[in-house]
Amino acid sequence: MAQVEASGPMLDAAGVPLKASLARAERRNRLKALGLVFPLLAFILITFVYPIALMVFRGVDNPTVSTILPKTAEILRAWDGNGLPGDEAFVSLAGEFAFASKERTLGKVATRLNYELAGSRSLVTKSGRKLKKLEAPTKEDLVEIDKRWSQPETWSVLKRLAEPYTFAYYLAAIDKTYDVDGTVVDQPESRQIYVALFMRTLWVSLLITGLCVLLAYPIAYLMAILPTKTSNLLMIMVLLPFWTSLLVRTSSWIVLLQTEGVLNDILVWTGIIGEDGRIQMIYNMTGTVVAMVHILLPFMVLPLFSVMKTISPTYMRAAKSLGATPARAFWTVYFPQTVPGIGAGSILVFILAIGYYITPALVGGRTGQLISNFIAYHMQQSLNWGLAAALGGILLAGVLALYWIYNRLVGIDNMKLG
Amino acid sequence: MKTIIKYTGAAVVALSAAVYAAGPAAAADALTIVSWGGAYTKSQVEAYHKPFTAKTGTPINSEDYNGGLAQVRAQVEAGNVTWNLVDVELSDAIRGCDEGILEPIDHSILPAAPDGTPATEDFIENTLTECAVGEIVWSTVFAFDASKYPDAKPTAIGDLFDTAKFPGKRGLRKSPKVNLEWALMADGVPLEQVYEVLGTPEGVDRAFAKLDTIKDDVIWWEAGAQPPQMLADGEVSIASAYNGRLFNAIFTEKKPFEIIWDGQVWDLDLWVIPKGAKNMEATLDFVKFSTDTQRLADQSKWISYGPVRKSSFPLVAEDMQPHMPTAPDNFKTALQNDYEFWADHTDELNERFAAWLAK
Repeated sequence: MAQVEASGPMLDAAGVPLKASLARAERRNRLKALGLVFPLLAFILITFVYPIALMVFRGVDNPTVSTILPKTAEILRAWDGNGLPGDEAFVSLAGEFAFASKERTLGKVATRLNYELAGSRSLVTKSGRKLKKLEAPTKEDLVEIDKRWSQPETWSVLKRLAEPYTFAYYLAAIDKTYDVDGTVVDQPESRQIYVALFMRTLWVSLLITGLCVLLAYPIAYLMAILPTKTSNLLMIMVLLPFWTSLLVRTSSWIVLLQTEGVLNDILVWTGIIGEDGRIQMIYNMTGTVVAMVHILLPFMVLPLFSVMKTISPTYMRAAKSLGATPARAFWTVYFPQTVPGIGAGSILVFILAIGYYITPALVGGRTGQLISNFIAYHMQQSLNWGLAAALGGILLAGVLALYWIYNRLVGIDNMKLG
Repeated sequence: MKTIIKYTGAAVVALSAAVYAAGPAAAADALTIVSWGGAYTKSQVEAYHKPFTAKTGTPINSEDYNGGLAQVRAQVEAGNVTWNLVDVELSDAIRGCDEGILEPIDHSILPAAPDGTPATEDFIENTLTECAVGEIVWSTVFAFDASKYPDAKPTAIGDLFDTAKFPGKRGLRKSPKVNLEWALMADGVPLEQVYEVLGTPEGVDRAFAKLDTIKDDVIWWEAGAQPPQMLADGEVSIASAYNGRLFNAIFTEKKPFEIIWDGQVWDLDLWVIPKGAKNMEATLDFVKFSTDTQRLADQSKWISYGPVRKSSFPLVAEDMQPHMPTAPDNFKTALQNDYEFWADHTDELNERFAAWLAK
C-alpha cells in the first residue's frame, strides 16, 4: 500500500499536488519579477524599439502620391507601364493637380518627384499653377503646358511613386536606382557616394579601435601595476578628459592642429618645417581620426584596467620563476587574460565610432566625413527623411551583422566590462 | 500610423532643433524672430527689433539659424510652431509656400511709401511673393587678404581659380550654389548663359571640372560668420562670403580685406511666417513696421545690404552707397541667383556635390 501511495502525486499540506503548488508559486514570482522590470521594459520599447521600427519603416514608406493624388495613383497602379498611360490618367492627374495646387499640398508631390527625376519640381508646380486656372483640363492642355508630360519617363516615375511602399530609398542608399523600365541599375558614377562612405566609416572605425587598443593597453597596464597613489593620479588624468565636454575637446584639437595652430607654430619655430610647409592636420581624415581616438580612449582604458586589476601578479612571477623570459611570460600568461578587456573595449569603441557624428562634422572637413554626417544632412538640410531613414536602417543592419560576426569569432560571453 | 510616423519624425528634428536653439524661455507674448546671426542679426536688432519693442512694448527674442526649411518644416509638421517670423532666401520662400508650410501674407497691409506710392509698386519687382515680404538684397562675393598679396591683387572671378598666380587656400561655402556659377564664369561662360549651361549635364561636368582645379586648396565653410574669421586667422587667403559680413569685418573691425564685386551672385532675404504660428497679429505688425521705407533704410546703417523698397534708396547714407551690392559700379557683372533653377536642381546637384567632395 505504501508503495502505491508513493507512486501517486506528492501532496502538500493542503492536499494540492506539490508540483502544481510549486508551479503556482513560481508563476507568482515570475509575475512579480515582470512587474519590477516592467517600467524599464516599457521605457525601452517606447524610446528605443518603437522609434527604430518607425525609422526602418519610413525608409520604405511612400505615401505622398497615393494620398495627395489618390485617383491618379489608382489608375497608374492598374496601368501596365508601357509607353504612355490612357487619357483618363492625364485627365485625372490634371484635375487632382489643380485641386492640390489650391490646397497647397502639391509642393510635397513636387519635392517627392524631384528626388527621383531632377528638374521635375518646377514641372509640377508650374503645371499646378496653370491647371488651377483651367475649367476642365484635358490631355492636350497638360502636354501644352510642358512637353515632358508626353514623355514615358515622367509617367513611369509617377507610376513607381503611386505605390504606397517603395524600395527606392534603400536602393538610393546603396547607390542604385530604377531606370525607365523599372529595372534596378547603378547610379551614374558622378552621383555614387554612399557605398564608399559606408566602407570608409567601417574602415575608420576599425582604425580608431585599433589605435585605441595600442594606446590604451600600456596606460591601463601602468595603472594596474603601479602603487595605488600613482595609479589614482593616472586614473584622474584619464577621467578628466572623459568628464570634459565633447565640444570643448574637439575645439581644443582645432586650436592645436590647425595650420596656424599651436603644433604647426612649434614645428615652424623649431625649424623642422618652413613657413610655407605648414602641415594640414585638421579638416581632413587625420583630424577626424586624431580627435576621435582621443575622445574614445577612456572607453578602452577603463574596461582594460578593470580586467588587468583582477590579474594576480603571482602568475607572472610564477611564469618567470619557471624560466620564461619577460616577453614570453607577458605574451603567454598575461596577455591572454586581458583579452576579455580588449574585447569589451573594442566593441564599445567600435560601436560608438561607427555612429559618430559631431566630431567628424567639426574637424572632418571634406574627406573626414562619415555616414552619420550624411544621415544628419538628409534629416536637416535636404529634408529627404526617407533616404535618411534608409541610410540609418542599413547602418543598423550593418552593426547587427558585425556584432553577430564578433560573437561567432570572439564570443560575447568572453567579454568583461569590469 | 502614417500620422504617427510623420509626427515622430518631425518631433526628432524639432527636438534636435530645440536643443540646438534652446535660448532663454520666451516671455509672455514675445515674438521669436529667427535670422542668420552675427552682424546681420545685429543690424536687424538695431534697425527693427529695438524700435519695435520701444514703440509697442512687445519683447522680441532673436534666434539664429543657418538657413533652409528643415526646422520650419519640423515645427509645422509636429504642430508646435515656436517661431513667429523667419528670415529666408528667395528659393526657400517659394518652395515653402508651394509645400504649404508658410502662411500667405496679404500685401495690401504693407504701408505705402511716404509719397503715397502703394507698397506693391514701391517694392522692387519679385521681392513680394505670395508668402513672403522682401527686406534686403544681399550678395555672395569674394574677398582677399590684402596683406597676402602685396604686389598683384586679384581683380576678377578667374583669379579665384588661379592658384598659380594667387597662391593660398580658398574658403568657399560648402554648397553647390554660387560655386558652380562661378566655376562656369571663370571658365568663360557669359553671365547671361550661366544657368542655361548649368542646366545641361555637360555644363555641370564643366563646372565640376573647373572646381577640380582648386579642390585641394579649398577649406569649406557653412555659417556666414565663418569666412571673415577664416580670413582673419590666416587660414585662407581668399574667401567667398556675404558682402555685409565682409563690410563689417573691413570697416568695423578694420581688417585688411578687399572685396571683389566681379561676378557677385545676388539674392534676397525675405520674412516668412511658418504655418500655424502663434501671435499672428503682433507678427504682422512687426512685418509692416520692419519693411516700411524708413526702417529698411535704417538697416543699411548697420550692414551693407541694399533695401528692397525704391523709396528707401535716397535715405541710405551717402557713405554707405558705394558698398551696396546694387551700387552701379558693383552691379556691372552681377548675376541674380536663379531660384527656379535651384528649386529644380538642388537635390541632384547637392548629391553630386557631396559625392564630389567625398572623393
